[in-house]
Amino acid sequence: MATASVAHHDAAVHDHHDHEHHDNFITKYIFSTDHKMIGKQFLVTGIFWAIIGGFLSILFRLQLGFPDMNLEFLRPLLGGWIDETGKLDPTFYLALVTMHGTIMVFFVLTAGLSGTFSNFLIPLQIGARDMASGFMNMLSYWFFFLSSVIMFISLFIKTGPAGGGWVVYPPLSALEQAIPGSGLGMTLWLVAMTFFIASSLLGGINYITTVINLRTKGMSFSRLPLTIWAFFLTAVIGLLSFPVLFAAALLLVFDRSFGTSFYLSDIYVAGEALPNTGGSPVLYQHLFWFLGHPEVYIVLLPALGITSEVIATNARKPIFGYKAMIISMLGITILSFIVWAHHMFVSGMNPFLGSIFMFLTLIIAVPSAVKVFNYLTTLWRGNLIFTPAMLFSIGLVSFFISGGLTGIFLGNSAIDIQLHDTYFVVAHFHLVMGSASFFGLLAGVYHWFPKMFGRMMDARLGYVHFWLTFVGVYMVFFPMHYIGIAGFPRRYYSWTNFEFSNMYTDLNMFVSAAAIITFAAQFIFLFNFFYSMYRGRKATQNPWRSTTLEWTTPIEPGHGNWPGEIPTVYRWPYDYSKPGAAEDFIPQTVPLSQTPESNLPHEQELVKLELEIMKDEAEVLVANESKH
Amino acid sequence: MERELKYIDIVEQPISMHPKKFALWLFMVTVVMIFAALTSAYIVRQSEGNWLEYDLPEIFWVTSGIVILSSVALQWSYYSAKRDNFLGLRMGMVATVLLGIAFLVGQWYSWVALVDRDVFFVGNPAGSFLYVFTGLHALHLISGVIFLIIVLISTFRLKVHSKSLNTMEMATTYWHFLGGLWLYLFMFLLLNH
Repeated sequence: MATASVAHHDAAVHDHHDHEHHDNFITKYIFSTDHKMIGKQFLVTGIFWAIIGGFLSILFRLQLGFPDMNLEFLRPLLGGWIDETGKLDPTFYLALVTMHGTIMVFFVLTAGLSGTFSNFLIPLQIGARDMASGFMNMLSYWFFFLSSVIMFISLFIKTGPAGGGWVVYPPLSALEQAIPGSGLGMTLWLVAMTFFIASSLLGGINYITTVINLRTKGMSFSRLPLTIWAFFLTAVIGLLSFPVLFAAALLLVFDRSFGTSFYLSDIYVAGEALPNTGGSPVLYQHLFWFLGHPEVYIVLLPALGITSEVIATNARKPIFGYKAMIISMLGITILSFIVWAHHMFVSGMNPFLGSIFMFLTLIIAVPSAVKVFNYLTTLWRGNLIFTPAMLFSIGLVSFFISGGLTGIFLGNSAIDIQLHDTYFVVAHFHLVMGSASFFGLLAGVYHWFPKMFGRMMDARLGYVHFWLTFVGVYMVFFPMHYIGIAGFPRRYYSWTNFEFSNMYTDLNMFVSAAAIITFAAQFIFLFNFFYSMYRGRKATQNPWRSTTLEWTTPIEPGHGNWPGEIPTVYRWPYDYSKPGAAEDFIPQTVPLSQTPESNLPHEQELVKLELEIMKDEAEVLVANESKH
Repeated sequence: MERELKYIDIVEQPISMHPKKFALWLFMVTVVMIFAALTSAYIVRQSEGNWLEYDLPEIFWVTSGIVILSSVALQWSYYSAKRDNFLGLRMGMVATVLLGIAFLVGQWYSWVALVDRDVFFVGNPAGSFLYVFTGLHALHLISGVIFLIIVLISTFRLKVHSKSLNTMEMATTYWHFLGGLWLYLFMFLLLNH
């Protein structure tokens, strides 16, 4: 990598090594302020939650697929939640779906995905020593950890965890007497979410500040990798929407614990009227979905960013439509804030308002389709290298298409009358948001594992993991479309009591079996992940022959990421297979003046400017040197 | 490492801002979003009817005056710091902290006035919203007072002067923002009442 060290001046080297950090175990692995370690902390916590969240879904899939099965063997784990006849307790079933949703959306796909990759990649890819505030970053993780502990404890209390669905609509969630899950479990849910919001905001403020203020020389916004654009816009969305969730949760806390009536009005429980008057439950839905819908993109955008990077690298082609990708992400960011009421078409909202939100919702198809076309055209006639990361990225594109298409139906306020709250919705968002983002997360882990741990993950196990998961996901969620079109509602404990739905027993059994296989396949990944961390093949500096800055660091970057000076950036991050170039990739650190053979005419004109800047810089360095 | 970061900050980043100041602005954005959510919830809820009508406590006019005065005092203190006039700096800061506390006391009396006219936290949301607005704003203002006191202590250690104004500037920005936020809330309540 002779070219990578063009801007590498010995002047700074000794300066940096002077305050080399000598960490003990606690400052290095626990209360670390280093962005790489914090990223790994988020990743491991996210993996832990993914196992819990996945396991909960297996429990309720057992009930749905095998309604007559004797679940006595789960008694050691679930205790009283298995009744005398060996069946799952119906209120615990509600708690299971609620916690599955909460854990997957917030703890795995928000904290586990954004927390991991924004922390790990932003400083490495923009050329910064660390985040803008390492302390705030550490605080962000520990708020998340605290939130995790509280949410985890709520799984084990006597009345069970929150059970009102992950959206926790009042009045169900506001009244303790409504269901057992609305008691202490709901209180813990709200406390945990408050800490989670604080964690997300601290993280988001840091990501935005870092991307705007700490980019290295030459790293203009038009040279940022698409991953960084995605993380940046994700943080912007989070910054604007999480405070609104906080406001919604705050009013809910007042309703629950102080007796106010923000969301409650004229309610009778067991024949007795409650004192609350004047509240509006739809108000909660508006506030919740003002976060809830952007949250979908908080979950999805980082995965799309990772996919852009992985696909371009492994297709050995520049990403198709770099600017179009940025503009569509910006479009998605803006649109995500003005479509929330499509979750409320049947809430009794004004139907005219419904048609406006329908129109805005369908517009989102445009930037989404642009992104899909750009992925496909990047793949088109590329020199594809099927690494596990590449397969997972292609899998993401597949889910994004098949799940996105059903979004067009659901976004239509008339069709939604039939489809709302059925398994059609479940199928839709599990494909387009759940599985797609999960595949983005996995692609990211496979791709950046060498940078995180200095070793490679085993590719063959990765292929087995991919195919089992990819086929498994389709086998789980595709049949759900049919069950949904038939009108079966989500969150119901049992199918068999209804004439129209008991014919789907076989299909449900199939779905449950597929879910168990898919869940089991994740343990291949877990083994691969932890085994490779210690025993994997040693990674080279740039194993995927990638152009971005993180691969110019040492194989295991220390505190401050680059020994010596931070490299300067001279070109965009997608110079793959450039005609005329000797190699099929040119790192961002290679000046245009060094590659006259592959420069395009307009780049050739930039060479002169570039040389002037480099000359000025050398003077500044010499001046600094003499001061030193 | 320090030196390199500065080098990048100053020479190469024309739009770059002091990262902590920038983070403060982002934090203020989140506060704006919380109050935007609450005030729009107020409007949505109000339009549905069954809304208790009552007069706003008159003391809000007084507390609004206090908050404006405190901002003026802080700005004066900031200008003094710029000119290395330490007496003016400290006097301005002390005045701001005292006025800030006076504002909080005034807000407390607004709750007393509300209770006097039978508007309680528990009851019609029209009243509950007012308690939430003032209470949440007061919480933020307390954080502002704490921030000011920290800066005030550092002025006695001579850490705030014309060459070292970053924390002072941040405190000033945050305080003006909190004052402006209160004026917004008060105006909002006057108009949507």
